[in-house]
Amino acid sequence: MANFHIPFPRGKACPDVIFLRYEDMSKSDALPSARWTKADDKVVLEISGDWLRDGPPPKIHGPASHQAPDRYVTTELGTFDSILPAFILAQFRTANPPTGTPLEPSMEGLPAGLIGLLELALAVPEEIDANKDAPATSEIKKLGKASIRVWESLHQVADFTGQAVISMGRFVTGRAHFRAQDFWAIVQECGVQALPIVSLISFLIGLILAFVGNVQLANFGAGLYVADLVGIAMVREMGVVMTAIIMSGRTGAAFAAHIGSMKVNEEIDALRTFGFNPFDFLVLPRLLALILMLPILTIYANIVGILGGMLVGATVGIPPVLYWNETLSSLDMTTASLGVFKSVFFGAVIALSGCLEGMKCENSSAGVGKATTRAVVASITAIIVLDSGFAAIFTILDI
Amino acid sequence: MTAQQHPPATKPMITARDLTMAYDSFVVMRDLNFEIAEKDIFIIMGSSGCGKSTLMRHLIGLQEPAKGTILYGDKDFTATDPAERGAFTRRFGVMYQSGALWSSLTLAENIALPIEENTRMTHKAIRDLASYKLSLVGLSGYEDYYPSQISGGMNKRAGIARAMALDPEILFLDEPGAGLDPLSSRRLDELILRLRDSLGSTVVIVTHELASILAIANNSIFLDTATRTQGATGNPSELRKHSENPAVRLFLNRGEQPETPTEIPT
Repeated sequence: MANFHIPFPRGKACPDVIFLRYEDMSKSDALPSARWTKADDKVVLEISGDWLRDGPPPKIHGPASHQAPDRYVTTELGTFDSILPAFILAQFRTANPPTGTPLEPSMEGLPAGLIGLLELALAVPEEIDANKDAPATSEIKKLGKASIRVWESLHQVADFTGQAVISMGRFVTGRAHFRAQDFWAIVQECGVQALPIVSLISFLIGLILAFVGNVQLANFGAGLYVADLVGIAMVREMGVVMTAIIMSGRTGAAFAAHIGSMKVNEEIDALRTFGFNPFDFLVLPRLLALILMLPILTIYANIVGILGGMLVGATVGIPPVLYWNETLSSLDMTTASLGVFKSVFFGAVIALSGCLEGMKCENSSAGVGKATTRAVVASITAIIVLDSGFAAIFTILDI
Repeated sequence: MTAQQHPPATKPMITARDLTMAYDSFVVMRDLNFEIAEKDIFIIMGSSGCGKSTLMRHLIGLQEPAKGTILYGDKDFTATDPAERGAFTRRFGVMYQSGALWSSLTLAENIALPIEENTRMTHKAIRDLASYKLSLVGLSGYEDYYPSQISGGMNKRAGIARAMALDPEILFLDEPGAGLDPLSSRRLDELILRLRDSLGSTVVIVTHELASILAIANNSIFLDTATRTQGATGNPSELRKHSENPAVRLFLNRGEQPETPTEIPT
């Protein structure tokens, strides 16, 4: 009967393990080996030496048989751990492709403890791998699969947007149910709590615009027009786009991660079985909160950006009062409201892409990570594309 | 195979002395004293929420005791520094309640990762070893599935296969039978007994599945919620009949028990 042995302590693959291996090899002639032979038309596998995970790798002699051994010779077998049953099991498996019925190979000559473990390993037949996606082989097939995926995701976006509109309709007519607390918590999350980062970024953007503008305009002796440049650029474009990008990284990602992990934990299914519409309950408050808060944050960012420009103005000799008056004279109500108008759409885009990716999240923690990434990428892309669309429309309308 | 065939207890492998577990000022269990011998199948039992999993987390060093010590052999586990603790924990195999498989890896990769880190085996040999561990829990053929593609019970079994990856000296299983069908659960009991008998592993199990407890355990601790300390220790089959603590008898008899313990036959 073989003597089972578990080496201890087990180190990582570090120098003292190499030392241990060396010691193992010098200690005895018990190198692990397996030898295939034939006797009386029977396939015989001779197993000898110490089969240990931390020992030298086993040597296989003779041509590996295409059939499982009929008999084993284990008189020279020393100590072993799991790698020996793993090796023998692999021989069974290569000799017998899975059929869905339990294998009953001969185990003649093996020690009793080993037979027990092998019987346990063979008790449930190998699953025949039928329902796995066969990988696409040719380039054309890959292209086809990729196109279908793009089409499907466009379909999902359209479907989700449609649901959002219907859900808004239910909200307006007072038939949508969600908790008011949830709504106000989200408003706080994507409003007040975003102020520090929005302040910092828009102040610095105003500062940068003023620096760059001043270098050029001062060449023409038109240094004062820095105020116009910063004012118009902030209010029309930079304020709203920067705020939207900050919020998609901050809030859109949070939406995707939150809803995604709710899906993984079957919380969304639980909502559904209690008769809640998950869309009204989860997506709608987020959508409304961002549509409400992004315009307010945008107005705030515009003002902070102009203050940033004013600081640069003051350092190059434009008095703040003069700078402020110049800014006001360059802006009219239409210009001032353009950015705020766009921010409503951007808010909707951020909320919808965050929630959509969360809702279609795969059922695992890795899935939550992917959903978050996709939500941020999708919303930033959509923001920039929408913004160029708006720029084209406003140019045509001459606003 | 039954627990009765098990040889008499040898030297203690794990000893808890006056162990008190607490979350900040909330005391979960106080003054636990028990010994787990080598090759024991030791059950941590008790009603839901009494601190069974917390006790297991203390034994594997994920949580520090508020008071008392845990000894492995003669060594004080609670006093070891983090580097030494690493050497200790490599002797452990742990299965967590929900399986806790790494979701970005396939089942075979989940088992291969600790083997790759701790040995210098070839890829083929590691793959064979992973297949073998999976077939022990009845999951052969599922090597290339991700944890999200298989059922909860299969995740749990794969978690057990991963816990066995390094042939641990001590196997900790948190609720291994929960969520398994009766046949799988029975196979699991058999697996635990075979592992103990062939590899000499000590097994510590958190469970309240009576059938499993009575079939495989030879030692146990009962955590009593009412008194916040241990209700009894010993072989559950005997505790069931002869324990002096009525709570223990009620638990082990699913609430149906004569009021007084039967006399131990002499």
